Amino acid sequence: MTSSVTKNTATKIFIPRDTTALAMGADRLAREIAAEAAKRGATIEIIRNGSRGLFWLEPLLEVETTAGRIAYGPVESHDIDSLFDQAFLSGETSHPLCQGLTEDIPYLKKQQRLTFARAGITDPVSLEDYQQLDGFNGLKKALLMDRQSIVDEVKASGLRGRGGAAFPTGIKWQTVLDANPGKARNEKLDQKYIVCNADEGDSGTFADRMVMEADPYMLIEGMTIAGLAVGADQGYIYLRSEYPVAHQILNEAIARAESAGFLGTNILGSGKTFNLEVRLGAKAYICGEETSLLESLEGKRGMVRAKPPLPAIVGLFGQPTIVNNVLSLAAIPYILSNGGQAYADFGMGRSLGTLPFQLAGNIKRGGLIELAFGVTLRELLDEYGGGTFSGRQMRAVQVGGPLCAYLPESQWDTPMDYEAFQAAGAALGHGGIVVFDDTVDMSQQARFSMEFCVAESCGKCTPCRIGSTRGVEVIDRIRNDENRAANMELLSDLCETMIDGSLCAMGGMTPFPVQSAVKHFPEDFNQPALRNNGEA
Amino acid sequence: MTAVNQQLLPVVTDVIAGLKHKPGALLPILHEIQNRLGYIPPESVSLIAESLNQSRADIHGVISFYHQFRSTAPGRHTVEVCRAEACQSMGSRQLEAHAKATLGVDYHGTTSDQNITLEEVYCLGNCACSPSIRINDEIVGRVTPEKFDQLIDGLRSQKLEVN
Repeated sequence: MTSSVTKNTATKIFIPRDTTALAMGADRLAREIAAEAAKRGATIEIIRNGSRGLFWLEPLLEVETTAGRIAYGPVESHDIDSLFDQAFLSGETSHPLCQGLTEDIPYLKKQQRLTFARAGITDPVSLEDYQQLDGFNGLKKALLMDRQSIVDEVKASGLRGRGGAAFPTGIKWQTVLDANPGKARNEKLDQKYIVCNADEGDSGTFADRMVMEADPYMLIEGMTIAGLAVGADQGYIYLRSEYPVAHQILNEAIARAESAGFLGTNILGSGKTFNLEVRLGAKAYICGEETSLLESLEGKRGMVRAKPPLPAIVGLFGQPTIVNNVLSLAAIPYILSNGGQAYADFGMGRSLGTLPFQLAGNIKRGGLIELAFGVTLRELLDEYGGGTFSGRQMRAVQVGGPLCAYLPESQWDTPMDYEAFQAAGAALGHGGIVVFDDTVDMSQQARFSMEFCVAESCGKCTPCRIGSTRGVEVIDRIRNDENRAANMELLSDLCETMIDGSLCAMGGMTPFPVQSAVKHFPEDFNQPALRNNGEA
Repeated sequence: MTAVNQQLLPVVTDVIAGLKHKPGALLPILHEIQNRLGYIPPESVSLIAESLNQSRADIHGVISFYHQFRSTAPGRHTVEVCRAEACQSMGSRQLEAHAKATLGVDYHGTTSDQNITLEEVYCLGNCACSPSIRINDEIVGRVTPEKFDQLIDGLRSQKLEVN
């Protein structure tokens, strides 16, 4: 969208096209700013960038000045007049919504942005913007390397799968590189695949979405490098259908990358081929589990497969397949461009590199915070988050999504790294952090964990399919004060059965939030029966 | 087979012809049928089964597995309320109760004027500005009951304009 007459003299204004910005009114703001500028005879060019991830300021409007970009947010319709009146276009910073130079906002300035280095700076579908900020440098290097050297570089980075399981990415790639696709069901006997798991279903997470909406070429580049590394010429992005904006931007980016020679046959004149297609999920949380995802891509019910065989050996259509999370693949261009060691220099212990933490729920300043592993949860909650949105006391924090534990205040000093969280009986998962204030009823949250499993279980394993239904019933009885002691014991037993007897994380981890609620917030399970059972 | 559905079948045939060559074509086919018709008419199951050389049970099994696919026509607008944790922490339980009461339907229900279908959704990825709803393809954040009513009023007046 542009309302400039002559591009050279036009003042550049940035208004994101990211889901959260749109959900807070960015489209309307862009229209109204353009109209007001036309009315006042101001020459502006509106660029629809990605989000910076400072979501509490959305819609965040930025004005380009000689000193850098100046941020205003959250901007609403009724602020437009005063912004123009106070000459925001000429770099005047007196408006109450002015946040100063965007890069100097402490929330952003203190971050270590490797994966999200370009997020919000560029127009997400501009190939020119991408290349000006190091885009495709990793791909260009990879095109000159042999397969094993690419895999070695990824191994050296120490990158672990960012989907939650934290499996070393380099080892997975090595397995696919070494796999001999002999027993193929596929016509092309040597076919291998790259599959990107973009079924980001955990509540409190939006990092994958931000990659796809703010910097889609980074994902495309990462997948192409993966294809070169293991000899796969076809990739699929399995995207959840709850992300319509990401869908649109990805398709736009893929089409542009293809016509510019970064994708398709003969990539950058190398003679190598990599094709990429976005496939939509259909509202099934379980399809974020990699084998269920593969079934879904094959056009089937998303039923979990038993492992082994690993997808790296028998994956999509029976062929060796890399299944990586968006963030894992998005980290690849940096690793190839700057070397594995440069990435490994961040982080602690065996958790190397950075993780984009996502602050969500009842939090004053929610958003995306990319930092090296090792920052404590409390630093994120207080220094970045600034306390709850409601202003009430913070009580429970769920880290890692609906299959991970609720942490009470006594655990908030845990450093954010995979092993430390495991030791605390919790998990980092995909880095999502959901904050609850003191109005939360933890027995209701425990009930929801079971209820969610009822809705989303694929149905393959009995402990998951039936256990979750029984879990809801048992928790209802506890909440109704029916035979409480015996039912608490039954719940504990049921949790053990689900953990031990389920094939995948759905049934195997649903008990974690339940157990943590019982353990850390026992008072919520001991109240007289003053509530009715159902939730709505 | 109703006459109405009979009229829809050329669309189904057209979609199948355009997509059946793709590896794992079933989900793309189902999505496209639902995009164009709003739902997947039960009569299309045998057409899909035949062209993909699968059983009708296979096709039905896939349609019924995924929450998104529906076999009956939805209302003119679909409103989805997020039920996941981040939204819960910001009052989505009250919001969903309000939505049901205001529209007079439960989840998966359609208002009697066929204007709005209410659905549940688990996470729209707008978790830093909860609670969220989705109206057709548009996601809206920080939805209070008052804001919900305004949005629904907008859908109702839109309907009047169309008629």
